Amino acid sequence: MSRTIDAVVSPTQTNTIPADISGQMLDLDEDDDLEVFSKDSTLADGNMFNASMPTSPGSMVNQCKFEEDEESDSKDIFITVDNPESHVTAIETFITYRVLTKTTRSEFDNSEYEVRRRYQDFLWLKGKLEDTHSTLIVHPLPEKFVVKGMVERFNGDFIETRRKALHKFLNRVADHPILSCSEDFKVFLSAQAWELTTYKKQGPGFLSRMGETVRAVANSVRGVKNRPEEFTAIQEYVEDFSNKIGSLDKVTQRIVKEQKEYLEELKEYGPTYTLWSGSEEELAEQLKGVAGCIERCCKETEEQVGHLSDTLVPVLHEYVLCAETLKAVLRRRDNIQAEFEAKNEALATKKVDRDALKEEIDKLEDRVEWANNALKGDWGRWQRSMRGDLKSAFLSTAEKNVDYYEKCLAVWETFLLSQRTEPSEETDRDNTP
Amino acid sequence: MMADSGPEEIAVIGNTDLTSAELENNIKNTMVEIEKWTSLLRKMEISVGEAEKRTGKNTVNMQEIYTVYLIETRPVDAVTEGIIPAPDSLWRRYSEFELLRNYLLVTYPFVVVAPLPEKRAEIVWHKLSADNMDPDFVERRRVGLENFLLRLACHPVLCNDKIFYIFLTEEKGWKEMVYETGFQAKADSRLKAMNAAFRVKNPDKRFTELKHYSDELQTVVSQLLRVRARVADRLYGVYKVHGNYGRVFSEWSAIEKEMGDGLQSAGHHMDAYAASVDDILEEEEHYADQLKEYLFYTEALRAVCRKHELTQFELEMAAQDLASKKQQKEELVTGTVRTFSLKGMTSKLFGQETAEQREAKLQVLEQQIEEGEEAVKEKNTESDEFVKTAWIDIEHFKDQKDRDLKEALISYAIMQISRCKKGIQVWTNAKECFNKM
Repeated sequence: MSRTIDAVVSPTQTNTIPADISGQMLDLDEDDDLEVFSKDSTLADGNMFNASMPTSPGSMVNQCKFEEDEESDSKDIFITVDNPESHVTAIETFITYRVLTKTTRSEFDNSEYEVRRRYQDFLWLKGKLEDTHSTLIVHPLPEKFVVKGMVERFNGDFIETRRKALHKFLNRVADHPILSCSEDFKVFLSAQAWELTTYKKQGPGFLSRMGETVRAVANSVRGVKNRPEEFTAIQEYVEDFSNKIGSLDKVTQRIVKEQKEYLEELKEYGPTYTLWSGSEEELAEQLKGVAGCIERCCKETEEQVGHLSDTLVPVLHEYVLCAETLKAVLRRRDNIQAEFEAKNEALATKKVDRDALKEEIDKLEDRVEWANNALKGDWGRWQRSMRGDLKSAFLSTAEKNVDYYEKCLAVWETFLLSQRTEPSEETDRDNTP
Repeated sequence: MMADSGPEEIAVIGNTDLTSAELENNIKNTMVEIEKWTSLLRKMEISVGEAEKRTGKNTVNMQEIYTVYLIETRPVDAVTEGIIPAPDSLWRRYSEFELLRNYLLVTYPFVVVAPLPEKRAEIVWHKLSADNMDPDFVERRRVGLENFLLRLACHPVLCNDKIFYIFLTEEKGWKEMVYETGFQAKADSRLKAMNAAFRVKNPDKRFTELKHYSDELQTVVSQLLRVRARVADRLYGVYKVHGNYGRVFSEWSAIEKEMGDGLQSAGHHMDAYAASVDDILEEEEHYADQLKEYLFYTEALRAVCRKHELTQFELEMAAQDLASKKQQKEELVTGTVRTFSLKGMTSKLFGQETAEQREAKLQVLEQQIEEGEEAVKEKNTESDEFVKTAWIDIEHFKDQKDRDLKEALISYAIMQISRCKKGIQVWTNAKECFNKM
């Protein structure tokens, strides 16, 4: 149903990533990048109960807690994503990443696992998590396709950026009290390639998914009638947040662009002083000094731009994607409620087996309650995460900027100091007639 | 506003609108000159105070708007006696400054005459309008004109010029006075000479080197100024985009509870950061003006070199002429014809001249030789005198240039330090705000 194009590399079979891969990515049709999560996730309706989902909400809640504090001290699972490698087959070329897990959790048979996964696999995992926990907030994956100009944002190294985002994704899942207990997650971390393929084939087939889709669309058209006030408030917030974070993303990218253009001009500026010094005697040293200062400031500027691209830009971008995730979660919650409301209405009007219908309605009512609670709990968690992430990113940026100006200050002060020690020569010259 | 300078009781001129670096520069310049030579500044303070717009009719009887500048002068003595009388003042427009300068160029060809500030704003970065009516441009030009007058007043030769003095003190009739000196004719012949093509056989090597230097200086400083303008343009962009953070943070803070305060105040610092670039770049413009002055000085340098070439060429021509006359005399006396001449050929064809004819010719030649020798002696003296006086002024110029540019570079470093400090402050403040998020 969805195209998976992880990477387009040159046909030669290599194990190292070609440096110019990012350049090739830009050829993709721009429409493809609309393949964002909101589309994917609406297909996965919370109505789907697959084998990995526990039957009662109660047992879920018992298994894991909602509280936050367990993360810092009692972290019992460590995951890293690294070592990208390209693979060439007859049909396609793609990249896999090494996923290394170290854990003391009892549900894992071993304490250490090393597997290789491709982007497609991550996409599958995300889909499963969202299917199973439709009103929990799953951290976004990096985009499937590359937008024109996006590569510049991420400092030109697409693979590295994606790797970091995938790493963050898995760790966020691992930190989540409910999601980390998911069987799908466990399988993702531990199964060998062929095992995973087999496992993926389980669960409802294509046709039943289609049925769910139709029902989901029908529900969303009907709309929810009595949405609780708190969820409307959340929706309004998400709308605003989405706008703001989108603006911040754009502003930051613009800053990076302007800063890079400034750097380009600055690189030409220093040499004009050096050129001049070639024509002078008394002034030569001083002119070279200024040229040197400008050159050193260039290096600092380059570092500062790099930091911005590596630290702030990816985080803002992540939260742009988060906003879309949140919208999808809210929609799914609405659909669950809508379905319940529809059946409830039918009870009053349609001439059917009332007992059977009543039982179904009770189940749906439970489902609504469970979905609401899940979302409520996760909402607070998400907000805390968001605050932490954004605060930390902005702090880091501010610190780096202070550091940048401090370094440049030192450069110019050193130069000034070297000039101030010369005045004694000056006055001697003045006094000679 | 005049500042008192110290033991010499020479008042230092200046408008408080000068940056401290420029003021210091002017003071230094003034002080050094005064120590060595008698200068006009020993007697009076000079400043270019204000600028005003006037309307009038131009040479083709069309309405025009132009700017006039107020020149204020005050005798030094008046201040030191404790009384501060109002300064004498008059208004001059840019074209009158140009006339003064042209007069001085023609009258003192061995002097490296200080240049005027730009007539039109060139090598600007985008924010600065190239409009002559723009207040920032007019202000910078005012500073430039004051600097020009001060340079003249400091100059050991120029400061004693009567036309200059009258320029400063009498508004009416000055223009007529200038034309009465007949300098226009000299100016025209000078222009012709500047553009003429001739080859000098033995120019003073120092002048040749100076010409090369001034060409190089013009090239490198032009390039530097162009790149600097582009850098300024880009820097402006970087700072101003940060202003958007201010707006978005402010809007975002409205929907956040815990983060609201931190975001709001961080936003204010981002606005301050964006706004700070205007002053920063305005200050840098003064630095650019200091470099521009020396860029324009190269033209004056080249003019002096050219004058030397002209003088040397005239000497060489006179010497050549003398040598040729002497040659002719020798031929006439000895009867040999070593050089080709039409007369020689015709006499060969049509018969020799009589002894009387030869005698007459000889007398004429001897007369010419005598005159020629005088001419050569004169030209020689003229050339030596020129080289001597010009070279004194050039050495003086070189010292001034090294001093001024050294100060300019230091002031540039100070500007960068100031900008960095502002950056540190803003981002430290922003960091505090982010911490509160």
